[in-house]
Amino acid sequence: MSAELHKMGVTELATALRERKVSAVEAARHQLDRISQHKDLGAFVAVDEELTLAQARAADEKLAAGNAAALTGVPIAHKDIFVTTGLPTSAGSQILAGYRSPFDATVVRRLAEAGAVTLGKLSCDEFAMGSSNENVAVPAVGFDEAVPVRNPWDRDRIPGGSSGGSAAAVAARLAPAATGTDTGGSIRQPASFCGVTGIKPTYGRASRYGMVAFASSLDQAGPMARSAEDCALLLSAMCGPDPDRDSTSLDRPAEDFSRRLGDSLEGLRIGVPKEFLGDGVAPGVRAVVEAALAEYEKLGARRVEITLPRTELSIPVYYIIAAAEASSNLSRFDGVKFGHRAKDYRDLADMYAKTREEGFGDEVKRRIMIGTYVLSHGYYDAYYLQAQKVRRMIADDFQQAFKQCDLIAGPAAPTVAWKLGEHGGDPVADYLADIFTLPGSLAGLPGMSIPAGFDGGMPVGVQLLGNYCEEARLLNAAHRFQQATDWHQRAPEGY
Amino acid sequence: MSLTASDIARIASLARLQLAPDESERMRGQINGFFDLVERMRAVDTNGVEPLAHPVATIQDVTLRLADDIVSEPNNREANQRSAPAVENGLFLVPKVIE
Repeated sequence: MSAELHKMGVTELATALRERKVSAVEAARHQLDRISQHKDLGAFVAVDEELTLAQARAADEKLAAGNAAALTGVPIAHKDIFVTTGLPTSAGSQILAGYRSPFDATVVRRLAEAGAVTLGKLSCDEFAMGSSNENVAVPAVGFDEAVPVRNPWDRDRIPGGSSGGSAAAVAARLAPAATGTDTGGSIRQPASFCGVTGIKPTYGRASRYGMVAFASSLDQAGPMARSAEDCALLLSAMCGPDPDRDSTSLDRPAEDFSRRLGDSLEGLRIGVPKEFLGDGVAPGVRAVVEAALAEYEKLGARRVEITLPRTELSIPVYYIIAAAEASSNLSRFDGVKFGHRAKDYRDLADMYAKTREEGFGDEVKRRIMIGTYVLSHGYYDAYYLQAQKVRRMIADDFQQAFKQCDLIAGPAAPTVAWKLGEHGGDPVADYLADIFTLPGSLAGLPGMSIPAGFDGGMPVGVQLLGNYCEEARLLNAAHRFQQATDWHQRAPEGY
Repeated sequence: MSLTASDIARIASLARLQLAPDESERMRGQINGFFDLVERMRAVDTNGVEPLAHPVATIQDVTLRLADDIVSEPNNREANQRSAPAVENGLFLVPKVIE
């Protein structure tokens, strides 16, 4: 059994653990060995085998006593944007290198309470700012310097970002599941690029407490795994109100997101925005999306043509709002209470400026600069307030669309994963590639990406967007698709 | 609109970032490239549109939550200061501010 353990998904492994066909220690040991064997991918930035095995032994005791919770003994890994007491948290940044949090993020705590065992922390773009995971500034496990995460489907390509380590680890079967965060597409786009399933719930579903803040009105946590069924199980454990710790947590009780998985799709109206299949989409990607829509029609769904007329505007709107919020959130990194501090400085102001210059990477500085500018006196109305108004219009467009359909489908990204270095440090090229995930993020809607085919050997994901709090329906549509197809079961060669 | 070198210097100072000269120049080009994208957004007629600060506002009333006025956190000073760059006698050390 042990040789095949990494092929098991979360649901299957949880069942095998409960039936005592495999122990939590065996599962953890097996995954730790794989992480070590494939460390060249650069997916992990922190691993502590003793910690993992101790958690696994505790899980085995619970399993032996018959006290298993939904995920008892299932090994998972966390994006390094979630703070953890047991492992360092860097958010991919030199300014937090070696930081040890005095508390666990709510999402981390909830998953631990559901019985999950932690395999380690996963690489991500610095402060989750990036679409390629090339903006990571801390060394991966087994490296002395920062390295980009490699896509297991083609090691010369990026895994997507910012949850690139999470996507690569799940695709390479280094973990059956991982946590991710999605601010403008950081779960859906890497899930698409690495051929895994990922869901970002409605804004406010998962607590932001202990997620290193990037853009507070957009940041949401979600799971990445190999199937919609597994994501439903994980998401149920992750979500729930956290009113004492997160001021924007939704007043909705925790839900069993698996409850509708098996529902029929007969009569389901799937809206396809014409802006999502325009000239900017690679032909191979469009072909995969069309084939997936045809599959949905076979399953009883009906295709409805819709429009989201402000899709292109979501790029400037998002990059203004996210940068504004980031410039505010990142003002806490001043070299006083935690993290890096510059060595030589004249006075307090000089210490701040040098510390931040040394500690932040290029993309982070760019966004702080843009955000500072759009919030500054004389520019606030023209940029930040205008962006918030157009944000309202984008959210309203979705409500118009949902009068005609139950779900929206399209590509998660215009292309497959690009080559490492291909965007050549042109940040605007990265921004443009986020076009299909940004509208849903701005509106705060739940969205997911599911594997639906390949273009030139690289995975292509179909993005599904639902109305507020419709996660169970999204997961239902994804699950039925995965019962009818096997794209989600494909593994990259050698993994 | 195009940001000049002195605009960049002013913004960097507001953001408490000490940019090297070549870095400032590179950033100026990149930020101006981004603001080319923004022009279309500025042209949108948003008369009478209420800004959306927060997506939750589309789902439920956003009211400021108030915590009960009770002690809920234990003293955790040691753990809280574990990652601080400079600490003495339980205090965070900073350069002298007042002579």
